[in-house]
Amino acid sequence: RTRMRLRSGVFASSCLLVQALGVALFLRGFFPVPVRSVPRREARADPPAEPAPPGPGMVSNWTKIPPPLFKKVVIVLIDALRDDFVFGPKGKQFMPYTTQVVEKGTSYSFIAEAKPPTVTMPRIKALMTGSIPGFIDVVVNLNSPALLDDNLIWQAKTAGKRIIFYGDDTWVKLFPKHFVEYDGTTSFFVSDFTEVDDNVTRHLDRVLKREDWDLLILHYLGLDHIGHMTGPNSPLVGPKLREMDNILKKIHISLLSKVEEVSLPNLLVVCGDHGMSETGSHGGSSEGEVHTPLLFISSAFGKRSAPAAQPEHVQQTDLASTLAIGLGLPISRNSVGNLILPVVEGKTMREQLRFVHLNGFQLSRLLQENTPAYEKDPGYEHFKIAEKSHGNWIKLYLEGNNSEILLNLGKKVLKQYLEALKTLSSSLSKQVAQYDMYSMMVGTVIIMEVLILLLLSVPKALSKRAEFEVPLSPPLFSLLFYLMCLTLCAVHVIVCTSAESLCYFCSMSWLTAVGVIMLISALMCGILSAVANILENYRLPLKNPVPSSYSWSEIDVLILAGTIGHVLSLGASSFIEEEHQTWYFLINTLCLVLCQELCRNNFLLKECDPQHCTNVKQNFNSIGESSECKNIDIPAASNSKLGKATSSSEFIKGSDKWISLATPWIILICCRLLRSLNQTGVQWAHRPDFGHWLTSSEHKSELSFLAAVSLLMIFFLVQRRCSLVSKIAMSLGLLGVYSYRAAIGNVTFPWQHGGKDISKGITEARFVYVFVLGIVFTGTKDLLKSQVISADSSMKSTGLWEVYSGLVLLAALLFRPHNLPVLVFCLLIQTMMTKYIWIPLKFDAAQITIMHYWFGQAFFYFQGNSNGIATVDISAGFVGLDSYVEIPAIFLTAFATYAGPFLWAIHLLCYLSSEVSRNSAAVGHGCFCYALMRSIPVAIYVVLVTGLRYHLFIWSVFSPKLLYEGVHVFITAAVCLCFTAMDQNHSYKVQE
Amino acid sequence: MREAEVRRLLAANLLGALAIVLATLGPAFFLDGFSVLGTHLTWLCVCSVCVATLNIILHLVLKPNQSLKRRSFGHKISRFLKCCIYFFMSSILFHAIIVLYGAPLIELVTETFLFAVLLSTFTTLQCLCLLGPNIQAWIRVFSKNGAMSIWESSLQITSVCSILGAWFGAFPIPLDWDRPWQVWPISCSLGATFGYMAGLIIAPLWIHWNRKQLTYKSR
Repeated sequence: RTRMRLRSGVFASSCLLVQALGVALFLRGFFPVPVRSVPRREARADPPAEPAPPGPGMVSNWTKIPPPLFKKVVIVLIDALRDDFVFGPKGKQFMPYTTQVVEKGTSYSFIAEAKPPTVTMPRIKALMTGSIPGFIDVVVNLNSPALLDDNLIWQAKTAGKRIIFYGDDTWVKLFPKHFVEYDGTTSFFVSDFTEVDDNVTRHLDRVLKREDWDLLILHYLGLDHIGHMTGPNSPLVGPKLREMDNILKKIHISLLSKVEEVSLPNLLVVCGDHGMSETGSHGGSSEGEVHTPLLFISSAFGKRSAPAAQPEHVQQTDLASTLAIGLGLPISRNSVGNLILPVVEGKTMREQLRFVHLNGFQLSRLLQENTPAYEKDPGYEHFKIAEKSHGNWIKLYLEGNNSEILLNLGKKVLKQYLEALKTLSSSLSKQVAQYDMYSMMVGTVIIMEVLILLLLSVPKALSKRAEFEVPLSPPLFSLLFYLMCLTLCAVHVIVCTSAESLCYFCSMSWLTAVGVIMLISALMCGILSAVANILENYRLPLKNPVPSSYSWSEIDVLILAGTIGHVLSLGASSFIEEEHQTWYFLINTLCLVLCQELCRNNFLLKECDPQHCTNVKQNFNSIGESSECKNIDIPAASNSKLGKATSSSEFIKGSDKWISLATPWIILICCRLLRSLNQTGVQWAHRPDFGHWLTSSEHKSELSFLAAVSLLMIFFLVQRRCSLVSKIAMSLGLLGVYSYRAAIGNVTFPWQHGGKDISKGITEARFVYVFVLGIVFTGTKDLLKSQVISADSSMKSTGLWEVYSGLVLLAALLFRPHNLPVLVFCLLIQTMMTKYIWIPLKFDAAQITIMHYWFGQAFFYFQGNSNGIATVDISAGFVGLDSYVEIPAIFLTAFATYAGPFLWAIHLLCYLSSEVSRNSAAVGHGCFCYALMRSIPVAIYVVLVTGLRYHLFIWSVFSPKLLYEGVHVFITAAVCLCFTAMDQNHSYKVQE
Repeated sequence: MREAEVRRLLAANLLGALAIVLATLGPAFFLDGFSVLGTHLTWLCVCSVCVATLNIILHLVLKPNQSLKRRSFGHKISRFLKCCIYFFMSSILFHAIIVLYGAPLIELVTETFLFAVLLSTFTTLQCLCLLGPNIQAWIRVFSKNGAMSIWESSLQITSVCSILGAWFGAFPIPLDWDRPWQVWPISCSLGATFGYMAGLIIAPLWIHWNRKQLTYKSR
């Protein structure tokens, strides 16, 4: 029998790594890469003919795709154009020409609903393919590969249309070699409001004069940038809308002037890809983000006599089908959109019926390809009925019946078709969420097994030695292991051969699959052996009863209740949207309980002493019960006694005691201030907060002052435990941070007045990076030295602290300037807690770890994050970079987003390694608890999400949260590896 | 002796619970359009006043901690004033804690303050009645094994229950149900009230069941 000794830190980290694997597998199954796209070459099937009229001898001659309705089409896509920017008061004020066209001109206006995630690339895909891109498109949003699905642009190009594109270069990446002429602008420098749009407009005059194009696409980014930086109500929005209005006027007039020359009319389409929320960001599913205007302007439409009432709601995906009809192209195969009927209303009834038949045919074919039981779908049935009556109608038509009755009959058929289209598209949209259940189940099993293993090993992991004995090959379990492997392999083969849809876990190479199966079985055996161990121990204690006098303090109760309560709250979408409230509530309560603990420690220290207590009790008992209800003098008596107790105790003396008592209150006030710095979540996100007040352009000087003070405070809070070299590097680095922010125009120097040209601040940012790397390097060097030479532990703690301060400097660089106070308060709270609460009250490592975890979570939200995709600050990924470089950008964005939890975790490591003298297993305990705290919510959440996968809010609320949880697991695994590395060093020293 | 005491406590607590019920149902006969949700501020005032009056009357009648010493009238007045100041201070403190928990600082100040007053009525006022303005005694009662009579045990239980009730009452606020009782501070004040009533009922029962284990240190 070989047994392996394993320390709890190592054990926890390896568990978390396995769990990260499980999470990755689950995520891959939950966000499947859409598989329904048929390769384009096959997609060129023949278009359907008109439904054949019943009866012999009559054949419709309309078998080809109908000819185009419009000669030239101009699509003006204005990024983040919200519906009220055109139809609301803002539109009336700033877009007079467009408003006039909407109200009186030859136009149709709609409100197009975008599906979340409301981010540019998935929206462009939706507009051009008519399909609903999967959620995972957000993740690859920054790195968009070419679009391979059947789409409008590709169809147009194949049909020989000449396409010109100016604007966001996402299009150029999505449709490479599709445009005869293009000029892409990058959207990554969000602070640029004018140049991105001028780059588009400068080509306009020239192109409008020319005749050598059929489709012109313009994508304006400026409005989106303004929204990101200053919000929808900023004074910058008005002029931008006016600029857009002038551009629309120019295009419209130019298109009108061409009408006389050609036979077919032209079409101008104005749309937005997504809207913006009240804070100016987008990605979620709030009304402002989802509703975008959609205008069709063409001389072909009838003039409107009276201004229309509220514009009708359509789906964003409807544009692709409508444009395909308008341009005389086949509708993209994966489109789930409906033809927007008013656009073709001017045509004859036969043509209209032909168009909706084409659309219905395409939708029902898509349904056929994706559902085995398509014949039972109500949409399909409707379509078949409509097709039949269409045939009858054509029969009547071909017979030359041309009366009013025919028209009315046609209207009836049209209505049937529209009904069918609506049902078809809704049942297709539902199918987009197809889950790869097998991969999800495998992932869930791994995650749950790890969680159970962690929970079962709690008593051992948190024991004094923090060590395990892992049995490597006990005979019984090895047999079980092989049996399980075989069973699971059999299951795997059965599932994979019988599965209809594609499955990721099945498509993996069989070696990997067998590896995963072995892992699952090994974990199962581990669990069983742990259970067996516990049962064995149950029988033993009868001989040597351990005095389990451990009583639960209020802190323990709160920690347990808080953890359980938080995990349970993840089942409700509102609690996920407002998760920050949960954490703020919990840390507030934690502070109050700490306050009570401090009070008790300071005032009633002696009374807790058991000996003293019994003395008192005897005293009281001897006095007897007779005077029980007449104890008015008790206060006075206890008063004097307490006085003695406090004076005699040398626990904490004088002013320190009062500072210590005030600490929880100071922390509470800090938390309250931070809470009003960034309003986050969904319900109260629109409330005014300091963050917006500070970032508005008229408060630049206040922001500069605040940033300067914050950087100064950061320096003072960090420098006290650094070496001299790091101190100097730190101060220079913080100066660099300020000059970087000044260079990109967020803050100003006091001697600077008037406008200064804004640069990307690359030099300044790189200057700071040099110091970050320098400080981290010095710290690592010290750590290595302390390990090799095994010098005193002070060098080690200095080294750790230097690494920590390097990370603080990096966070200071990446945080927006108004968020710098978050960093200050983070450091302040850590310092105060360490000095006045954790060390004096002698909490154990587990309690301190959980408190760190809670504060880390709260700081995640304090810095303005939420559980929606929209709040991820992508601009952090471009600090000091000339252009988009994938790896550093992802790393920097992840660091900036998770800075709160990460900094608290590293601080925990610093604190626990300095505690080693008191409790040699502190780091191991901390690591174990940290891993446990992460793995409980993620495991429960994975199960909850699987259960709620058909919930209405699955894409808007639960999926983003799942992504956040997943990324957090990876980050925690990295942190736990750091912990283990530190633990390793320590154990070496002990052995020596 | 003990049994009689517990029975007195039960009667007193039932009266307290009755007072709250009356404060909820009674004013509807005198005031037009009175309802707990609709005119919440009025209800807060009425409820606080009722509970406070009842507590003071009970204190004067039952005298659970009767002083043997005869004290001067001036002393009594100063004691009374001290009590008033303490009550006011505790309301302010509760208000501050509620704001620290995230209640709006400037808007809805009246609501928040009246909620703080209600909480003080449920907790501080009882302490003042029972223990007098003596902070040390309060700390003693609210630490482990600090109660010295069934009245103090009851005080412990009701205070903790009302605060826990208010704490739990905050839970439904973020839910998007758009119910009238989710408006600040209705759910919290209702939670506190239910907690207080639960405490009033639990306390005598708990004392009755644990009468063997309860050995009060007294003199």
